Amino acid sequence: MLPDLIFALFATGILVGAGLIIAARNPMLGMLGMLVTFINAAGLFILFGAEFLGLLLIMVYLGAIAVMFLFVLMTIDLEFFKLREKPKAYLPLGLLTVAVLAGEFILAANYGLFSTNVTMLPTGEQPQNIIQIGNVLFTTYVLPFQLSGLVLLTAMVGAIVLTHRPRSDVKRQSITKQVLRTKEEGLTMTKPKLGHGTGTNVAKHWKPKSVAK
Amino acid sequence: MFYTLTLSHVLTLSALLFTMGMAGIVLNRRNIIAILMCLELVLLSVSINLVGTSYFRADITGQIFSMFILTVAAAELAIGLAIVTLFFRNRGTIEIDAADLMKG
Repeated sequence: MLPDLIFALFATGILVGAGLIIAARNPMLGMLGMLVTFINAAGLFILFGAEFLGLLLIMVYLGAIAVMFLFVLMTIDLEFFKLREKPKAYLPLGLLTVAVLAGEFILAANYGLFSTNVTMLPTGEQPQNIIQIGNVLFTTYVLPFQLSGLVLLTAMVGAIVLTHRPRSDVKRQSITKQVLRTKEEGLTMTKPKLGHGTGTNVAKHWKPKSVAK
Repeated sequence: MFYTLTLSHVLTLSALLFTMGMAGIVLNRRNIIAILMCLELVLLSVSINLVGTSYFRADITGQIFSMFILTVAAAELAIGLAIVTLFFRNRGTIEIDAADLMKG
């Protein structure tokens, strides 16, 4: 009986967190709802014997994605979230769509192919969850595994390229310019008179380029 | 281990979570950040579905695919937040209605 109660607890936590995300006016509050949801989901995964996945969920979502959200929320101005309320013409239609969708899904979950009486299949002595995952992930699913690494690399490159902007107000070394510099623009021959220095025309030609410091 | 819990309970939870995520996307037209969060909810519901099926069918494959979903969610979120940052830099807001340059 206890595992069922724990499931109910985690399920309630997940749904409450999701409701908090939807209802929150302040995105920081929505962030909190997301944390609640994902902690409870991690608990649910561990309850279902997927310890590795549960801990991974905590690590990725609470460690990386939540921090990323908070970072973006910090860089943008939160004042405009106190927005004017607009007339929501799409609200009834949206609610109707969502209600129909929910009804369909719940009907399908209860009377569908996986109808109600699927309980746990009998299994023998099983190795640990992470050993099982490793056995399958690095043999049968090795190509999808590599592909998921590629997806992450693409996302990293994409995020950097999207948010990077070249700045013109900083001095930096341009190796191409440095190499293509000719003698004519870099060197001026003068014959200064005694006691006059090199004169002003030299200063006109010679500008300190951004060469190596 | 469970006495009364069956797969359909897990599927119902997953369906509810999916629907709440969809509702958040459809009804929430205020800002992009909230929509991204709701997208995470939808992906989490699929993950719960897979892990529950993996438990009740005693098959590890569901957990593997849940891991791939996690990867895709992280990548999607990184790109999404980069776009949000860019959008805020260009338009000074992250309201959905401000993205009307394409007149769509």
